[in-house]
Order: sequence, then structure tokens, then C-alpha cells
Amino acid sequence: MTLAAFWFFAAIAIVAAFLCITRKSPVASALWLVWTLFALAAMFVLLEAHFIAVIQVLVYAGAIMVLFLFVIMLLNLGRGGPTDMVGWTGRITMLGIGALLAAELWVATRVMPSEEIRLPEGVMTEMVQRRGAVDVIAQPLFRDFLVPFEITSLLLLAAIVGAVVIAKRRL
Amino acid sequence: MLLGPALAVSAILFSLGVAGVLIRRNAIVIFMCVELMLNAVNLSFIALAQQLGHEGQVIVFFVMAVAAAEAAVGLAIVIGIYRHQPTVNIKHINLLKG
Amino acid sequence: MPTPVGLVWLVVALPFAGFLVNGAIALFRPQAKRAVTGVGVGVLAAAFGVAVVVAAGLAGAPTGAPYVLRYWDWMPVGDLEVAVALQVDQLSVLMSLVITGVGALIHVFSVGYMREDPGYARYFAYLNLFVFFMLILVLGANFPVMFVGWEGVGLCSYLLIGFWFEVEAYANAGKKAFIMNRIGDFGFLIAMFVIFHATGSMDFGEVFERAPTAFAVGGGAVTLVALMLFLGCTGKSAQIPLYTWLPDAMAGPTPVSALIHAATMVTAGVYLVARTNVLFAMAPVASFTVVAVGAATALFAASIAVKQWDIKKVLAYSTVSQLGYMFMGVGAGAWAAGMFHLVTHAFFKALLFLGAGSVIHALHHAYHETHRHEDAQDMRNMGGLRSLMPWTAGAMWVATLAIAGVPGLSGFFSKDGILAAVFARGHEQPLFYVLWIVGSAAAVLTAFYMTRLMLYTFHGPYRTGEAEREHLHESPRVMVAPLAALAAGSVFAGALNLPHVLPGAGWLEHWLEPVTELGAQYLPPPHLSAGTEWALLGLATLLAAAGIVGAWTLLKPERLTAPGASPAETGLQRLLANKWYVDEVFQALIVRPAVWLSDRVLWRVIDQGVIDGAAVDGSARLMRGLGIVGSWVQRGVVSAYVLVFVLGSLVVLYAVTR
Repeated sequence: MTLAAFWFFAAIAIVAAFLCITRKSPVASALWLVWTLFALAAMFVLLEAHFIAVIQVLVYAGAIMVLFLFVIMLLNLGRGGPTDMVGWTGRITMLGIGALLAAELWVATRVMPSEEIRLPEGVMTEMVQRRGAVDVIAQPLFRDFLVPFEITSLLLLAAIVGAVVIAKRRL
Repeated sequence: MLLGPALAVSAILFSLGVAGVLIRRNAIVIFMCVELMLNAVNLSFIALAQQLGHEGQVIVFFVMAVAAAEAAVGLAIVIGIYRHQPTVNIKHINLLKG
Repeated sequence: MPTPVGLVWLVVALPFAGFLVNGAIALFRPQAKRAVTGVGVGVLAAAFGVAVVVAAGLAGAPTGAPYVLRYWDWMPVGDLEVAVALQVDQLSVLMSLVITGVGALIHVFSVGYMREDPGYARYFAYLNLFVFFMLILVLGANFPVMFVGWEGVGLCSYLLIGFWFEVEAYANAGKKAFIMNRIGDFGFLIAMFVIFHATGSMDFGEVFERAPTAFAVGGGAVTLVALMLFLGCTGKSAQIPLYTWLPDAMAGPTPVSALIHAATMVTAGVYLVARTNVLFAMAPVASFTVVAVGAATALFAASIAVKQWDIKKVLAYSTVSQLGYMFMGVGAGAWAAGMFHLVTHAFFKALLFLGAGSVIHALHHAYHETHRHEDAQDMRNMGGLRSLMPWTAGAMWVATLAIAGVPGLSGFFSKDGILAAVFARGHEQPLFYVLWIVGSAAAVLTAFYMTRLMLYTFHGPYRTGEAEREHLHESPRVMVAPLAALAAGSVFAGALNLPHVLPGAGWLEHWLEPVTELGAQYLPPPHLSAGTEWALLGLATLLAAAGIVGAWTLLKPERLTAPGASPAETGLQRLLANKWYVDEVFQALIVRPAVWLSDRVLWRVIDQGVIDGAAVDGSARLMRGLGIVGSWVQRGVVSAYVLVFVLGSLVVLYAVTR
């Protein structure tokens, strides 16, 4: 059952991604990307990462993609003009490269993590049910990964300042 | 159980993202393809986290934060370039030509 | 080691300290002439004093062994162990006494001579430095240390010849001296290398001890060594073919000519042969070459001196000639005789130069007062100065008689010692008789040209000019006193080594025996019968008399004309006056090709073309080209970069997933 759902959403994600990269209009690409993100969020839920799934929708689809759309609108690129894709030869080459990459990655994924570090089946699920989805993330985040957390906050601050400075019309 | 398929999907999405970066010439669309790649990797991490521990999800958390920062700054740069030359076609953004 | 001997380092250090102090004064306070005088003369006098103490210490020592004082390790490199070491033995002590003694007197003379020169402090600094290096040369205990002194005196010679370097001709003279010296030094170096290769050491004691086993007597190696050493001597001591720098060196101040180019530096070659007597004794071919070259030089230079008008040039060629005599002595195995002539020559040649300097100084002063620009060194501008400068004239007459070989004076005994030795060698090798004849002919010429000099300068009609007469006077006491001291030496120094037929004979020969006995094994000192000796003494007197009387009667000072108005010389006279055109020959054969080579080949082709063009510019152009090629990669198109990036990651991935 889970597997079927997973494949369903996977299909949506892949089709949407393909459409994203091949649309003429940037707005269309952006919206197809939103489709992909939603499908991914669904897959996250199926993979027991509830909190991350929600964050995905809120942050990625909700904030980042909105930002993308703002910028597209700001620069008045909404209506797709003449195509900005490379010509036939380029497309063939690039899709070829893409296929090669996919093959290599698939080979890589055939390697399963070894027995020692694998946790027993169902441990994660049980933890989520016991502690709640948020707690499962929050505990490591604010304990073991506190320093990266703080650094990330600095990073975000720098990004804010940088973005404002770069995009200002007049300093 | 879902690990194999998840990783496969991740690989496909990542490759699509790479192809998109190579095919498109619109800077913003390229950016979006990069985001696609990041998401593919996030999927990998989540899938493995199910097997190996929740550290994977914490990493995804960080990845998202960084992706947000990067998108903001990157788009600001695109706006800056647009002000200089009213184009986002990377074919025309070649002032660094050696 | 007796304590006085250990003081030898002071002898060397004092002049060096004088150089440092005077050098500092020259740089920062050149007008402080009193201080310079005190230091410059003081260190020399003190050095002489210490040298006497050291000599006394050596003389009073129980064993006559050479004392080697090692100060520090200079070059411990593999098998080569060279230390900074001084050697106190009879030969080095003799030389250091001459250097410091005559040097001190010349320093005193310089106080008066250079009084008005703005470069006073610099002069004394250089002079002190010279004495330092000369002492290093004679006191060195091994070849490298001696070579340091050898080169150092060459440097000081250059500095002092070109002392008034603003005059281009003088600066060129300095360069000429230095370059010709360097040609000789090449020989010295080759000899050092061969010596080290054969004996494995550079210390005098070890080398001379091992020489009999390291070299085959009369073999190629030792002959090469001796000939190469002699090449160095021809450069430093102005023998044929490397003598032409010495007459040009008269461009320097006259006391410099007295000290460096008469009494000390030019005698370094003679000292070298005497020091390495074993090597020369083991190489008969080389020894003969030394005597032959010495004799030829003696006659050749004397012939040129006969026709020179510049008073210093006469003395310069005289020096070259007398050095030839010294080499005749040491080449024939009479090392003591050669050194004896070195000592007596130091006295009377220094005296002659200082006397000439006194005359030149007086003429300069007179011309300065009357604002005329005549040549103060040309004898045609002199004459009859005896009455105006009696002390100078008297002292110079003593020296002239000594150098001419008048019996009883020092030069008579020293020159006779050499000629007797050469004559004695003729018994085994008849060729030496020829050389003896050459030497005797040179003796006649010596007496002739020296009398000529005195005649034209001090006797005969007065030619300098009426306006100058009232300004010409005897030199101050500070300049005349050294003349008197040197005159005394010229008279009495003969007692050092009287001929064997006279009582108290051969003192110097006996004193130098510890140094010369090694060589004497291979080249026994020559011996003559009493009768032959007396005959030779008598012959020497005759030759001297012939020269003096001949000059006095044949030359007519009244017929001399002013330098500009003299008629051109003809025939043999022109040949002699133009120094046998040797300089011109060198110019054509050696200098011009060298200059051509340097200009056309070394400069245009190699320096400009190869080094500048290919190496320097070329490598820059290559880099630029590579850079241009490299910059094609950077097109500024982002997607190209990404493509490369992706391709790269594909490769990496492939490698990882294998």
C-alpha cells in the first residue's frame, strides 16, 4: 500500500520535474517546480519524516518559490519569450549526459548500508509515535547539532543583509 | 523497504536537475533546477534517515535553511545584473570573458 | 715558542686597525689631518717595533724551526684543511722588517708630500691597508693565506695608482695594473691546484716536506708548478711579458711608487720563489727559465730607461731591471743573494723614488706659484738643482752610487752576489755564462742611466725657468729625514751579506739557511774559488765605473731642449724612447681582439641575444603565450563552466562506483 502511494507520488514528481525544465515560460517552470515540491513532501510523509514534510511545504514551496515568483514578476519575465533552451544538438547532448548521470547514481544507490549501522526495522516509527514528529527532530537539533544551528542563523543573517545590499537600487 | 525506490527517484530527479541546468539559458530557471537538485538530495537523506537515524532529517533541515539563504542572495544578484543589462540570458552575461 | 714570536699577530693587526680608523676618518671627517697622521704613521712605527721584537725572539730561540701560529680554521673542506695561520721564520721576519721599516719611513715622507691633498685621509687608509695585505702575504703559513695577501696588494695597488682617479689616464693605469696582475694570478692558482693534488696539503711546511716524494725531480708536474708560480711572479713583479703596467703605475703619488712599486709589492714574486725554493730546485727547466727571463728583463728594461725623459719612468724601468736581477739570483739557486738584493734595493730604490718625489714636489710648488703648467716630472725641465736642493741631491747620489754598484756600498755587494752565482752556474751549464754576460751588460746600463738621471736633474744648466727659481727650495724636514735614513741603509746594508772572500761574510745566507736548505739539496749553492771571486769583484767595479764615466762624458745636458721643442728621435733612440713598442704590440695582438670579442660576440650575441632575448624576454613571451592560450578556457559563459563541472563529477562518480 505504502509502496503504491510512494510510486504514485514519485511519478508526479518526475513528470513535474521534467515539465519544469522544459517549459518556455519561467512562471510555468516555477509552478511545475511547486508541483514537484508538493509531491516530494508527500514522499517525505511516507518516509516517516512528517515534520520535514511540513517544513518543505511551508518553507520551500511557500517561501522560496514565492520569492522566485516575485523576482520573475519584478523583472517582468512572466510571459515566456522566444525559447531560451539550447538548440537540438545541445538538447540531445544534455539529455544524454543526464541519462548517464542517472545510470551512475542508480548504480550507487544499489549499495545498501551495511548491517552494523542499520537500525532494526520499525525503530524509527516507534520513536515517532512515542515522542511526536517534532520532538524527534528537535532533540538532536538543539542538543548535538546546536553549534551548526547557531551558525546557520548567522548564515541567514548574512544572507538577508547581502540580499538587501545587492538588490538595492541605491546604497 | 522504501529505500531502494526512494534512492532511485532521487537519482532521477537529480539528473533531471542537472540536465535542466545545462539546457536552459534563463538564469532564474537554472536556479530553479538547482533547487530541484537540492530537493533530490533531500529525498536521499530522508530515505536513508529511516534506516540510519534521525540525523538525516536534521541535515535536511539545515539544507533547507541554506537553500533559502542561497536563493535569496542568488536572486538578488540576478536583480543586480538585470539592472546593469536588462537580460537574464546567461549567454549575454559574459563580462568575465578571459 | 718564545713569547715575543707570539706577538706576530700584532704586526699584522696594527696596520689593519690603522686602515679602519683612517678609513672612517676619510668617510666622515676627511679634514682631520692630524689624527690621520698620528694613526697612519703611528701604526707603522709600532708595527716595525713589534717586528723587531719578533725577530729578536726568533733569533734568540733555541731551535730555528719555523713557528706556525694557527688562528682559526678557514676552509675545512673534505681533504682540504686550510687555516688562517701565520708563519714566523727567518724569511718572513726579514721581509716583514723591510716592509714595516721602509714602509714607516715612506709614511713619514708622505706626511709632507701629501699635505695639501684633499684625499689625505683616504691615502693613508689605503697605504695602511696595503701594508696589512703585504704582511699577510709574507707572513702567511700556507698558499691560500698568501694568496689573500697577493690579491690584496694587487687591489691596493689599483686603488693607489688610480688615487687621482678623476684623471682618466690615471684610472686606466690602475686598471691596467690590476688586469695584468690577474693574468699572473691565474698561473698562481693553477700552481696551487697542482700542488694540492700532488701533496694533499696547502701548508708550506707540509708541502715542502712532501714535495720530494710527491713530485719526480725534473718531472712535468713540478716543472708546471714552478712555471705557473713564476707566471704569477711575472705579473706581480713586472717581468717579461707582464711588466708594462709598472711604468704606467707611475701615475700614482710618488711615495706610493716608492713603497709599492719599488720596495715591497713588486718584490712579492721574489719572495715567492725564495719561499718555494724546493719546488724550483726540483725543476731545473723552470729555474733556468727564471734566470733567463730575469736576465732578459734586466737588460731590456735598462735599455728603455736609457732614453726616458720622465724621471719616474726612468726609475720604474730601473725597478723592472733590478727585479730581473733578483730573479736571476733566486733562479740560480742563490736564494740568499736574491733576497739580499731585495733588501738593498728596497733601501736605495725607495730613496730614489722619494728623492724624485722631493724634486717633483718642489717643481709642482714652483709651477703652482707662477701659474705655469709644465710637466714637473720631465727632466728636461730640471737641471742644476743641486744648489737649490742639496740634501735631496746628496741622498740621491748615495742611492745612485749604490745602485750602480760602486764598491763598498750595499748595491755593489748584492749585485755582485747575484752575478757571481750566475757565473758559478756556468761551470755546469755553459748557457749561464751567456746570461751572466747579459746581466753584466745590464749593470753597465744601470750605472749609465742612473748617472744620466742625476746629471740632467741636479747638474748642468738650470732649465726650470727664472720665474720659478725663487720658489724652488729644499723639501721640509719631514720629507728629508726619511731620505737620510734610507741613505744610511743604502750605505751600510751591504754588511748583511758580504762575499765569501771578505771577513764576516754571508751573514744573511747563514740566517736564511733553515729556509733554503730544502732547496739546496737539489740545487746546491754555487761556489767559486777565491781568485774568481776577486776577479768578479774587480770586473763589477770596472763596469760601474764605465757606466758612470761614460754617462758623465758622453751626455751633454747643455744641448737639452724643452719637452715640446725637442726634435723627434730616430732609429735606435726612437725604439728605446718608445719602449720597443711593446705596449703597441700588446694592444694590437691582445687588447684589440679581446675588445672585439667582448663587443661582437659576448655582448651582442650572447648577452643581448641569448640571455636578454631568449632567456629573459623569451621566457616572458612564452608565459604570455601560454597565458593567452589558457585564457581561452575562461569565456565568461556560465553554462560552459557548469558543463565542465558536471563532466568532471561524472568522471569522479564513475571512479567511485567501480
